[in-house]
Amino acid sequence: MPVISIGNLVKTFGAIRALDGLDLRVEQGEVHGFLGPNGSGKSTTIRILLGLLRRDSGDAQVLGADPWRDAVRLHRRLAYVPGDVNLWPNLTGGEAIDLLGKLRGGLDRQRRDELLHRFDLDPTRRCRTYSKGNRQKVAIVAAFASNVELYVLDEPTSGLDPLMEAVFQDEVRRVKQAGATVLLSSHVLAEVEALCDRVSIIREGRTVESGTLTELRHLTRTAVTVETARPVTGLDALPGVHDVHEVDGRTHLEVEPTHLDALLGQLIRFGVRALTSTPPTLEQLFLRHYGDDPAAAATGASAAAAATGASANAAATGASAAGGSGASAAEVSDADAPADAPRGGVR
Amino acid sequence: MSALTGTTRLARLVLRRDRIRLAIWIIGTPLLGYALAGSVAGIYPDQEARLGYATTSASSLVARAFNGPIHGTDLGAVVVAETYVTLALIVALLSTFAVTRHTRQNEETGRAELLGANVVGRYAPLTAALLVIVAANALAAALLALALVGAGLSLAGSLAAAAAIGGVGVAFTAIAAVTAQLSVTARGANALAAATVGLSFVLRAAGDVLGEQSADGTRVRSAWPSWISPLGWGNQVRAFDGERWWVLALPVALLLAGVALAYALAERRDLGAGLIAPRRGPASGAPRLLSPAGLAWRTQRGTLLGWAVGVAALGLPMGVAADEFNDMIDANPAAAEAINAMGGGDDLINAYLTAMLGLFALTIGAYVVQALLRVRGDEADGVLEAALATAVSRTRWLGTQVLAATLGAIVLLLLAGVTTGLGYGIVTGDPLGQAVELGGAALLRLPALLVIAGVVTAIFGLLPRWSVVLSWTALLVFLLLGQLGAVLELPQAALNVSPYTHVPAVPAVDPAALPLLVLAAVAAALLAVGVAAFRHRDVPS
Ligand SMILES: Nc1ncnc2c1ncn2[C@@H]1O[C@H](COP(=O)(O)OP(=O)(O)OP(=O)(O)O)[C@@H](O)[C@H]1O
Ligand SMILES: [Mg+2]
Repeated sequence: MPVISIGNLVKTFGAIRALDGLDLRVEQGEVHGFLGPNGSGKSTTIRILLGLLRRDSGDAQVLGADPWRDAVRLHRRLAYVPGDVNLWPNLTGGEAIDLLGKLRGGLDRQRRDELLHRFDLDPTRRCRTYSKGNRQKVAIVAAFASNVELYVLDEPTSGLDPLMEAVFQDEVRRVKQAGATVLLSSHVLAEVEALCDRVSIIREGRTVESGTLTELRHLTRTAVTVETARPVTGLDALPGVHDVHEVDGRTHLEVEPTHLDALLGQLIRFGVRALTSTPPTLEQLFLRHYGDDPAAAATGASAAAAATGASANAAATGASAAGGSGASAAEVSDADAPADAPRGGVR
Repeated sequence: MSALTGTTRLARLVLRRDRIRLAIWIIGTPLLGYALAGSVAGIYPDQEARLGYATTSASSLVARAFNGPIHGTDLGAVVVAETYVTLALIVALLSTFAVTRHTRQNEETGRAELLGANVVGRYAPLTAALLVIVAANALAAALLALALVGAGLSLAGSLAAAAAIGGVGVAFTAIAAVTAQLSVTARGANALAAATVGLSFVLRAAGDVLGEQSADGTRVRSAWPSWISPLGWGNQVRAFDGERWWVLALPVALLLAGVALAYALAERRDLGAGLIAPRRGPASGAPRLLSPAGLAWRTQRGTLLGWAVGVAALGLPMGVAADEFNDMIDANPAAAEAINAMGGGDDLINAYLTAMLGLFALTIGAYVVQALLRVRGDEADGVLEAALATAVSRTRWLGTQVLAATLGAIVLLLLAGVTTGLGYGIVTGDPLGQAVELGGAALLRLPALLVIAGVVTAIFGLLPRWSVVLSWTALLVFLLLGQLGAVLELPQAALNVSPYTHVPAVPAVDPAALPLLVLAAVAAALLAVGVAAFRHRDVPS
């Protein structure tokens, strides 16, 4: 049974349709990335999952219960870090942590102290005097010091420095190890890449993509640069190959992962001397979904069905690129990568 | 870039944000002045009635304490005596809250930082706020002068009286400009400034009580404490009695000094910081803090303590003054009638005590509103969201807040009754008996306060975004109905809107159970509506 399951969720604020038929499924024990551009409805979804907002229509189940009707009972089993942490200004950080923990049903003293230490947080200061990052830490410590089944984290690391980001990632891994489920909304792609088993991308209140990162990668074109003995011809006729152009005897192109195989078959006939294949970066992946081009989103959707067939093949490409990143990346990065990022993004 | 760059644009922003508040202030105060002047003219139509009024007011310490010093028998002088304190308090508080809203509150919410990063000089936000608020005071005063002339009063006197009221607003604008620099929170800045208003009231009352009556018996020459109170200055202008225009220089001087001090303080501190360095606190929460009730006590206790001190400090002198009341009544049938209208009953001392307890109940209504509006403040700040995401139900959270406000109201009512009783009992030789009796009588006002709690809760549940405005408006309406309803000769149906109208006038008359039960039932219904609505709505919204 999924820990979170949302189907066709709709939420309006007056004339604003914040959620417009959203779907989301988070399985037991996974860290699920929840991504989308600003204002796409992530916080709204999370607030509905917490029973703070009332849904207009659609289904929402958290840990097998209705988040609106069973809010109090559910809240004993989950911990929440709000996107915009505000605390009682005249309480100290330590008091706020204990209060939130106690109201949730108790917290692990020892872990609380350990977390304070690891996050380098002074618990004797008044919440009013904390910086944004430190306020964020108060909420994070209060959440991770609780032993719960589900952690709902709304942009928890916005405002944390890289050191603290690392501590945060350790904590997420620790609770995952302990069997807990994590819903993580984030704009920090490195964090998503490092932590998430699966991600869901939403846009304008609708889910546009959901799956593992590898699966999502297959929906985006791979950039290929090839140097051949003889000039390459006939590429334009190949399906799934785009943007072919030649610079200094090298051919640059983009190919949909499902058509990689056919492309290689064609290239091999011209005497391949060097070949670099760069899987889409996470940024490219998201820029494509976040951007305003509906055609790109449609291609992604149609390719999704086909993607599974070529997955073994493409996964190998991804792996080789990752493994050889030290050598080939140097070659690729100076010319292609910077230019590709915006290209891949807009398309 | 100069320190004042951007002032004009910021002033326009202040105007834009406050256009409705300012309009109500600028038009409302003159209208109120006009209505009051008209009805006072109706009650004291001839020289004879005014002579009686003036001599009684001048000889009565109570009248001096609450209405200020009387200056002669001109109709305008009587109007000033009857309305000055109300209007002055209104503009003092309006000015104070407006200054805080556009200075410290902006810093607290981070809006100032956003603005400060643009092309905005260091002094620009404060200057913009002060410009608009001083201009609002000036405009309101000008319209008030017109209103008074329109009500048939002399031109010079009307100008002086209106300028005196405007001067009070200007003086407290300056004071609030300073308190906004001192406290880190808007709430704290408002509390400091409101405490200054209270202190000014007490100083003025003391100075006027200690003053001398003139030989003809119709004037009071205030003692020195009135002169160190910005609220007292307005009286010293002596509108309608050989106006002393130079006194108006005092608020202007205070404004200049206050602005200079505020600039100097702003120069020495960081954006968002106060002058009092924040202290450290406990590293972990004491067990008694860790519940909704513990949290409510922790967040409310400071406010409650401030109120308790204020109530006790007013109760004792009010009680002591009761004995002296007999003399005043003998001399002035009109005043007796007025007090009777407020309290009812035959025994005038009891009528006086009833009126005082009624005043306390009204004031404590403000405490109830203030205490309950914290829930809305927490919601707007986002704190409520974090709290309700824990295993605490909405009913329990809101119920705890209502309970805390109710307990606070009980404490304050008891304190008001007991201190008034002690004061009166000390004079008459029965402190304990009077304390018990008046303490009990004060508690009978609780159902009215519960209705106020119900009104605020219902508004919070149904129209959360309007909580602050509507709650204070409701209280203000109740206050005006209670204080001025009789003077304005409003119909009973209008007076019935206020819960205070239905409180039995104890000790003037015997307590009756029925109205109290009805009030309690209305309160319960309102609370139920509020809680049910809160349970069914979005948080935050
Ligand atoms: N209380 C509200 N009243 C009106 N509109 C709202 C309210 N809350 C959210 N919205 C609107 O709903 C939409 C979704 O907002 P939401 O906060 O869920 O976005 P988000 O995905 O969390 O964005 P971000 O990445 O910036 O945090 C936005 O258009 C927002 O303006
Ligand atoms: Mg958000």
